[in-house]
Amino acid sequence: MTDTLAEHADRNLRRGEPLVELVGVGKNYGPIRALHGIDLRVGAGEVTCVLGDNGAGKSTLIKIISGLHPHTSGRLAVDGADRRFGSPREALDLGIATVYQDLAVVPLMEVWRNFFLGSELVSGRFPLAGMRIREMRRIADQELRKMGIVVSDIDQPIGTLSGGQRQCVAIARAVYFGARVLILDEPTAALGVKQSGVVLKYIAAARDAGLGVVFITHNPQHAYLVGDHFVILKRGATVLDAARGSVTLTDLTTQMAGGDELAELSRELERPS
Amino acid sequence: MIPATGQVAAPGLARRRPGLRLRALLGRPEVGALAAAIVIFLFFLLVAPSFRSAASFLTVLYQSSTIGIVAVGVGLLMIGGEFDLSAGVVPVSAGLVNSMFCWYFGVNLWVGAVLSLVFCLLVGFLNGWLVMRTGIPSFLITLGTFFVLQGANLGVTKLVTGSVSSRDISAIDGFGSLQKVFASSFAAGSATVWITVLWWVLFVGLAAWTLQRTRIGNWIYAVGGSAESARAVGVPVVRTKIGLFMTVSFLGWFVGMHSLYRFNTLQAGNGVGNEFLYIIAAVVGGTLLTGGFGNALGAAIGAFIFGTTSLGIVYAGWDPNWFKAFLGVMLLLAVLVNTYVKRLSTAVSPREGGLT
Repeated sequence: MTDTLAEHADRNLRRGEPLVELVGVGKNYGPIRALHGIDLRVGAGEVTCVLGDNGAGKSTLIKIISGLHPHTSGRLAVDGADRRFGSPREALDLGIATVYQDLAVVPLMEVWRNFFLGSELVSGRFPLAGMRIREMRRIADQELRKMGIVVSDIDQPIGTLSGGQRQCVAIARAVYFGARVLILDEPTAALGVKQSGVVLKYIAAARDAGLGVVFITHNPQHAYLVGDHFVILKRGATVLDAARGSVTLTDLTTQMAGGDELAELSRELERPS
Repeated sequence: MIPATGQVAAPGLARRRPGLRLRALLGRPEVGALAAAIVIFLFFLLVAPSFRSAASFLTVLYQSSTIGIVAVGVGLLMIGGEFDLSAGVVPVSAGLVNSMFCWYFGVNLWVGAVLSLVFCLLVGFLNGWLVMRTGIPSFLITLGTFFVLQGANLGVTKLVTGSVSSRDISAIDGFGSLQKVFASSFAAGSATVWITVLWWVLFVGLAAWTLQRTRIGNWIYAVGGSAESARAVGVPVVRTKIGLFMTVSFLGWFVGMHSLYRFNTLQAGNGVGNEFLYIIAAVVGGTLLTGGFGNALGAAIGAFIFGTTSLGIVYAGWDPNWFKAFLGVMLLLAVLVNTYVKRLSTAVSPREGGLT
């Protein structure tokens, strides 16, 4: 499965060069401050892990990078140029593809239609031009096989696949359409151990192919397996920002579990032995 | 997660489990409607002797086409996850704009027809734009436009003509050519074929092609199935939905032109209630009320069931009031079948799970 990634990856990616940079980015929903002062750097060939509890602002952060909601303060640069996305299409056109936990696919549509949704192959430019359906079915089937997903019928509604398979279809799609930056929103949250392993191997393969990966998770073990850089969010702000060399899994786990608050709690709950 | 039990490893697309083909066939939206259409048609052949002729079959087709043309558009819109309650009165508005403008200013009817087309497209655009802009359900927005148009149809007609019907326009320039396009008929043996039947076939074919074979069709299914997912992969959701509303009002304009050039005058209060006939045709044809599922042929079969029944009851010599009761029963049955089919086609198969 690693070969398919290398095959579709942008050959001009130079390991370590910054693809997406956020400086002091914030987002307000009316009077509610969902995110403030976020600095984040996604480099080619690196995995940036964003950790945080529910409601910490992880989803808001990826929605800004993927173009679902524009940021309200700070700056977002892609390949060095400042951007403010009006729609996900703009982000996709710059090679930023996102695999959402809940928005990955349209359940009632066939597997191949989902695979090509938004990037259909058509035989002409006029509005009613036919799609190259046979080719699309063949490519979708082929790409999924390369990832180790065997569906019995490429025409079946994608809602009939398991959660892990749907997640993998969404990843395969993002990679196939030449993503340079791959954002994964809690890809392992709904998966079993074995299926999580598949997704994690895929993240490593994407990194090795030179893609910049943003891996959102609340599982520090999973993050530490593949991450180069770790950012922990809490109530919309960064509480930890460290490279792999300067942080241990224990640090991450402690911070995720609450850090100082946890130490406080353990003192309070201490029992005489 | 469901563990993979029956892992199949043979390559190729043709490998399908037995039973899957049957499930796929039953999972098609129009199959239930087709069976119902055949049963109903045979039933009226049996009970109504005068129903058994080519002429009455073509009358059924004509009756079906007058509902079916707009129903195809409403079907597309519903697959796209929206409703249009103004679709019933838009045809009347279309005809009134054309006829009264030309009658009042004494200009060629073609000018009025084009003006009316622009007006209808604007109504469709406004419906779609308001729905997308405000996030208010289309059910409410189009309920509003429905009342506005219904009131305006009567109010403006009374202002211009002093009565509730438009004036006879058959003497104005352009009537003959417009009648040829929208409301002509020709003889086929002993039967009469109305041109709307041919238009209906054309529109159904075009809608079927668009839905199944074009990128826009893919987008229509996607915005109805899950608008947020569609937007996230770059589908232009707003444009697709507004386009669907405009398609409905375009087809409404078309039927409005037919009524105007067939009858010369229009009753300003007509059309109310037709919006439900369109929705019923689409739902009976297998369109899912919640969007994302259905097809053009289904909506056409739904309209055919409408045509068969409305005329069959008359030919059988029954009280035509029963027709509405029958439609209600059909709708309920169709919704039951649709719900069952949707569950069947999206249930996670216990044998699926080839993640290795």
